[in-house]
Amino acid sequence: MSEVQESHSGAVVPRAAERPGVPECELLRAMLRIRCVEETLADLYAEQEMRTPTHFSIGQEAVAVGVCAALRRADVIYSGHRCHAHYLAKGGSLLGMVGELYGREIGTARGRGGSVHLAQPEVGVIASSAILGQTLAVAVGSAWAFAMDHAPRIAVAFFGDGAVEEGIFHESLNFAALHRVPVLFVCENNLYSTHSGLAVRQPAGRSIYERVGAYGITTEHVDGNDVLAVRQAASRAADHCRSGKGPYFLECATYRWREHVGPLWDYDRGYRTKEEVEQWMARCPIKRLTEHCLARGLCTPADVEAWRQEFRREVDAAVATARRSPFPRPEAILEGTY
Amino acid sequence: MQRLKYWQAISQGLVQCMERDPAVIITGIGVDDFKGIFGTTRAAFERFGAARVIDIPNCENAFAGIAIGAAAMGKRPVVVHPRNDFMFLAFDQIMNLAAKWKYMYQAKRGVPVVFRGIVGRGWGQGATHSQSLQSVFAHFPGLHVAVPASPADAKGLLVAALREDTPAVLLENRALYELEGDVPEEPVPIPFGKARIVREGTDVTIVGASLMAYEAARAADLLAEHGISAEVIDPRSLRPLDTGTILESLRKTGRLIVADTSWAMYGFSAEVAALAAEHGHACLKAPVRRVTPLDCPAPVSRPLEEAFHPTPMTIVRACLDVLELTATTSRALADVQARFPGPY
Repeated sequence: MSEVQESHSGAVVPRAAERPGVPECELLRAMLRIRCVEETLADLYAEQEMRTPTHFSIGQEAVAVGVCAALRRADVIYSGHRCHAHYLAKGGSLLGMVGELYGREIGTARGRGGSVHLAQPEVGVIASSAILGQTLAVAVGSAWAFAMDHAPRIAVAFFGDGAVEEGIFHESLNFAALHRVPVLFVCENNLYSTHSGLAVRQPAGRSIYERVGAYGITTEHVDGNDVLAVRQAASRAADHCRSGKGPYFLECATYRWREHVGPLWDYDRGYRTKEEVEQWMARCPIKRLTEHCLARGLCTPADVEAWRQEFRREVDAAVATARRSPFPRPEAILEGTY
Repeated sequence: MQRLKYWQAISQGLVQCMERDPAVIITGIGVDDFKGIFGTTRAAFERFGAARVIDIPNCENAFAGIAIGAAAMGKRPVVVHPRNDFMFLAFDQIMNLAAKWKYMYQAKRGVPVVFRGIVGRGWGQGATHSQSLQSVFAHFPGLHVAVPASPADAKGLLVAALREDTPAVLLENRALYELEGDVPEEPVPIPFGKARIVREGTDVTIVGASLMAYEAARAADLLAEHGISAEVIDPRSLRPLDTGTILESLRKTGRLIVADTSWAMYGFSAEVAALAAEHGHACLKAPVRRVTPLDCPAPVSRPLEEAFHPTPMTIVRACLDVLELTATTSRALADVQARFPGPY
């Protein structure tokens, strides 16, 4: 078993450390943990105690875990509305996130931010935002600051295929390419922007990563459900950025299982088919790495089950603690405005 | 004390802040060119070069975010918009992220980006180059918004903005750029939220924002010739707003004129009128009067443009109205830009 680090809640997450690779079991554990957190929260959602629009990453864990496994602690990440997996993979506090969803003072933004505004700067999760493409530019700015200071740090922008259509996406790519800033763009292409498929949003026959290449940015397409491939590509990308070669763009093909926002399944709503969802579930990133690890004897089925239990206990404890924790006081509503 | 023009005061303030704080950088379209944003960034470029005075592509939206991201990593970017009208393209980043950063992340520190926007006026610049956006910016909690109206304030508010951790919007009216005044040689910050009493008076209070503070002072000079004593208050910053100074003056005069370069509806002048209605009602001897641009986009043709913008004479007429005086003034005041040859 490799080195692990304690997160604020006592969680075990892969150490985003200065070493070449995280063993497969750590990647598996990190994905299992995120899946367990999100499935537990999804089950609890109907209780109406988490009153914040929540965009689950279930099915997309490999991108977050694979990319963050290639980062150092001093590197920074930015995310969008679907930010839980990125936040957890970079080492964000589980209790801070659960507390935030429950609107408690113990939340990472003391109940002022909610599910789509997760941040924990101490571990490099600088900002997440519900506005499409907004943090892309901010990541470029942080990377630009690193370049100005000749700091060996990189910034990562996580976003979806929807953000690619925003003007800010193109402005950000142009600036990043022009100034050769150490930014890694990670596009999680899950094929849908809310309920609109790619076919009604972007020209056919022109993939995202190929279009980005026209800016002179090094681009790569990777199977976003293969965490080992993602980690490998992200390591290449991080080396590229860190060595002063400028930005790097990774398009990761993946798929969101649940509805756009909320805990439910929505294959019966007409915009996608049950068959399509099932095909992607068959390509589950966790199933895939589990089979890989078992086949190589890196772990046993009993280990995997024990990890599931461990994470279940961890998230149950975080939920229990959050629920016991006080809400923010209304008298303190103005705090932090200035 | 030294005598400096408004643009020279900004230029000096920028250079001095950059000398003292290596995190300060100046960014924006054309900040490094031979004109140097009407002279305000030229000295900084000559002193610090392209590493710290940085021309950028045409990307107002992304660049506001880029500045925020750099600020989050310790930089203090000044982002210059040679026309504040282009800041519409950056509204998402300024209002929806910079302003909310400290609150919605409960961050230890805000993102200290200083956005300078220059307001055009006159010489037929038209609808998309002649508007003042202070009322829109000042609507959003989390920002500091100032409209410096004197050379000393242009420097002092800039110095304050570059030392604080709150994102700030400084709107500079182009018509003030050649105005000369006393300016401290040292970079002395002028705090946000502290109004300046431009002139003391007893009969009527004129609160004038941005160029209108200067025009109100000219109007007060003319009124004095007719024995009318007007008190002129320059709020300096609209957010925070020094409500105490305004109300104190109102208690003294009982009459209030609010003059602004942005429109009346939902604007700064409406805010000050509401302040008087909510907290100064008992002192009011006459209804509040607002002096603002007319309720249409800025036109181009000269007679239309002259009718559109508020002037010292419209302020004088408003004062006479609330004082229920019908005296006609003995002389007219020339438009502030009467001798401006254009183009920008």
